[in-house]
Amino acid sequence: MNGITITNAQYYNDFEGNQAGVKATIDGTEMFVPLDPANQHYAEIMRQVEAGELTIADAD
Amino acid sequence: MSKAAELAALIGSQSALSNRNLIINGAMQVWQRGTTIDSISGGGYLCDRWRNNFSGLDGNVDIDRSTDVPSGQGFFYSNKISMDASESSLDSGDYFQLQHRIEDQNLTHLVKGTSAAKAVTLSFWVKSSVASTYTCSLRDPGNSRQINKSYVISSANTWQQVELTFEGDTTGTLDNDNEIGLIVGFDLDAGSDRTSGTFSTVWSDSVLNTRVYDTTGWLESTSPEFYITGVQLEVGEQATPFEHRSFGDELARCQRYYQASSETTGNLLFFSGHVDSGATYFAKEKLTVPMRAAPTVTIGSELGKDGFAGAPSISWQTTQSIRSSNTANANSNQGYYFFQYTASAEL
Repeated sequence: MNGITITNAQYYNDFEGNQAGVKATIDGTEMFVPLDPANQHYAEIMRQVEAGELTIADAD
Repeated sequence: MSKAAELAALIGSQSALSNRNLIINGAMQVWQRGTTIDSISGGGYLCDRWRNNFSGLDGNVDIDRSTDVPSGQGFFYSNKISMDASESSLDSGDYFQLQHRIEDQNLTHLVKGTSAAKAVTLSFWVKSSVASTYTCSLRDPGNSRQINKSYVISSANTWQQVELTFEGDTTGTLDNDNEIGLIVGFDLDAGSDRTSGTFSTVWSDSVLNTRVYDTTGWLESTSPEFYITGVQLEVGEQATPFEHRSFGDELARCQRYYQASSETTGNLLFFSGHVDSGATYFAKEKLTVPMRAAPTVTIGSELGKDGFAGAPSISWQTTQSIRSSNTANANSNQGYYFFQYTASAEL
């Protein structure tokens, strides 16, 4: 997963208002990524956040 | 191989007579993402379960479902990899490796990390435009372990079957979970970052420059092509005949990692009902089969809507279902939306 470009990251909520995932543009495509550590996109998002390369905006 | 020899091989393989192939879609039957692409992204998939890893290449990597297959083996398709431009000169970091990733929990019977660790045998049919010595590898990223074997393609543009046995690994442990347990790698070519060390053919700690036997010349050749099908990885020290599974069986196995909705199958992001302008509505779509992990969802083409201005969003997803949501922009007794989607839980 290293090397993919992630921009416009923003949390989204479920219908009860709980944080449910991250909407992001990944290599030019908008994707909805769940908060599941086994999901490879989520793992890469968190790697980039921890490396200071990406910030996730709060949900609307 | 005679029928008696086939039976003897099966009995002697120390493996089950069915479900012995650890590779999913080894016959390249399932192509949910399409059957041809002129420029695939690094780390991208076209043929289900077959990941295209590469870096530093001058040309684009083209992937095609090909009907060029070894005769008399019962295969309809092969996975064709080609380049639209050759490398002008191979840089140290240039490489292409076709990968197949296997979950930890599907490998527990290899009893890795014990004195009883079992050997596995990889067999496949291959055809390349470049005769050379190529590399296959098993890599266990959780324990940073690797083992590599080389094989010779002696005649260009000729189908041949390859059989490689990898000893069991008595070091490290595999978790019983849904993370990556093993990466089966097929190196088409690589620069010195992967070839400059002493080629490692026994299980050892992962070291990048010992992974690939040598540069094959494939990337620098004119119009390089590589075809592969009939891939089988099984417990034991000898290859058995390819286990031909049904298309439905292979499709369901692939859908654990990737699902693409379609109008014909009807598994769409779908809502129907009375809607009031400004209100948000939710709809749940059950996934075709449970997925490995909660999937990344991409919303695709619109197939129709009324009472809604745009595409839905995803509000929640699990390994078994997706919930979409959308805000109505008009009052309608028969509001609806239909959208395609993809769900990916690849390793």
